[in-house]
Amino acid sequence: MTTEPSNMASQSSAPAWTSLVLTHLRKDLRIEWRSRDAINAMLFFALLVVVLFSLAFDPSADTSREIASGVLCVATLFASVSALNQAWARELRHQVLDALRMTPGGGAAMFFAKVLANFFYVTIVQAVLGPVFFIFYNLRPLGDASLLLLVVPLGTWALVVNGTFFAALSIRSRNRELLLPLILFPIFLPALLAMVLSVKTILTGDGSDPSFLWIKMLGGYDIIFTTICLLLFDVVLQAE
Amino acid sequence: MLPVTETGINKPEQSPNNLTPLIAHLDSVSRLFGSFAALRQVSVDLARGKCYVLLGENGAGKSTLLRILAGLLRPSVGEVTVFEDSEPRQARHRIGYMSHAPMLYDELTGRENLQYYRDLYTRPERSGCLNPDDALRQVGLDPALTRTVGQYSQGMRQRTSLARVLISQPELLLLDEPFSNMDVESVDQMVRLLATFRSDSRTIVITTHQRELAAPIADFIITLKAGRLHSLDAGRPSL
Repeated sequence: MTTEPSNMASQSSAPAWTSLVLTHLRKDLRIEWRSRDAINAMLFFALLVVVLFSLAFDPSADTSREIASGVLCVATLFASVSALNQAWARELRHQVLDALRMTPGGGAAMFFAKVLANFFYVTIVQAVLGPVFFIFYNLRPLGDASLLLLVVPLGTWALVVNGTFFAALSIRSRNRELLLPLILFPIFLPALLAMVLSVKTILTGDGSDPSFLWIKMLGGYDIIFTTICLLLFDVVLQAE
Repeated sequence: MLPVTETGINKPEQSPNNLTPLIAHLDSVSRLFGSFAALRQVSVDLARGKCYVLLGENGAGKSTLLRILAGLLRPSVGEVTVFEDSEPRQARHRIGYMSHAPMLYDELTGRENLQYYRDLYTRPERSGCLNPDDALRQVGLDPALTRTVGQYSQGMRQRTSLARVLISQPELLLLDEPFSNMDVESVDQMVRLLATFRSDSRTIVITTHQRELAAPIADFIITLKAGRLHSLDAGRPSL
């Protein structure tokens, strides 16, 4: 207790934005590493959806290519929602969010770190899900498979950035488990459509999107919604 | 007892608060939750370097008053200024707020929690913050403890929470029921720690049901009744 109060104003300037993001991200990843709540819940749910769909449809190779993109995207979407619903649960518990509201850094860094963490969790689930998916649906992409490495992360980012934002928006609602999909799905629909059609084009190799219009749309969607969410998050965070 | 007007405003010329610089000023503050008024026309000045103990029954408005001072709630009516002319919301990094909940992550150790909060405040190289280990030692906890906060007892969580608040070395310290779930020895240790804190010209506001526990550091005792400022008495601090 040696610091004089008069010095505090100058000393308590916030750290650099990237440093704040890393601080929040480190904390989120450490907590997830210890609890594995989000990844376990998502993985179990996504695998279940993929296996059930493959048993229900028993598709031929051609049909698989037609429907696989939809099944993969919907499985990711539903699995992610279960985790995104809990994205801010730890901050709500024990009023941690109030303590974070008192810190000088602002909410955007906290939000961005949470998006990065959720993106990481969903990507891990997709990495496990992908091979299982290709085996169960007996898939062999006829188009440029390397484009999947662009399309899937772009679509996942669109889902996660909106999901994290709307999870925070519905945080104080009693029916937040119901509210999140109700708000998220309509907003995410254009990105979902772009993702499904892009993946389908890659799997079937039909050449229906030679100028990669859907991929460009996904990129544009990501930039617009990431910017909007970053700008508006402080308003959501400071709501009483 | 110091004079309190009908609206709850203690007359400035008669208040000993005027002898020292003000750190917070509440002018006819009311706070409504729907149709329920948690605070009604509360006016009070808080002086630098003093300890105020806030007493009142459940629902008297103690926690609401603290949250307004912390900038976590806005008054429905009235005006609050801290540090001369700032809104609490703009000066929150200079205020430490300890709720009755621990405000800590269960999955992290006490030290990890404190390091996280410290990193959110300042660049380490020009830090005015306490070291997490020192903060934990000050509240009587072992920094080497490897258990996560979720495995702590209530009293240990309370002490870690106090360390969290102290780490940023705030000028205005707001403590909501800090002595709940603590044994007598820990309370004594905490009160002595707060006395040191106050002697650094920092202001402390404590809400408690246990008046006698905070008495040794209480410069003033504010009593709230049904959301109104009922009295503001001078205390008899012994520390």
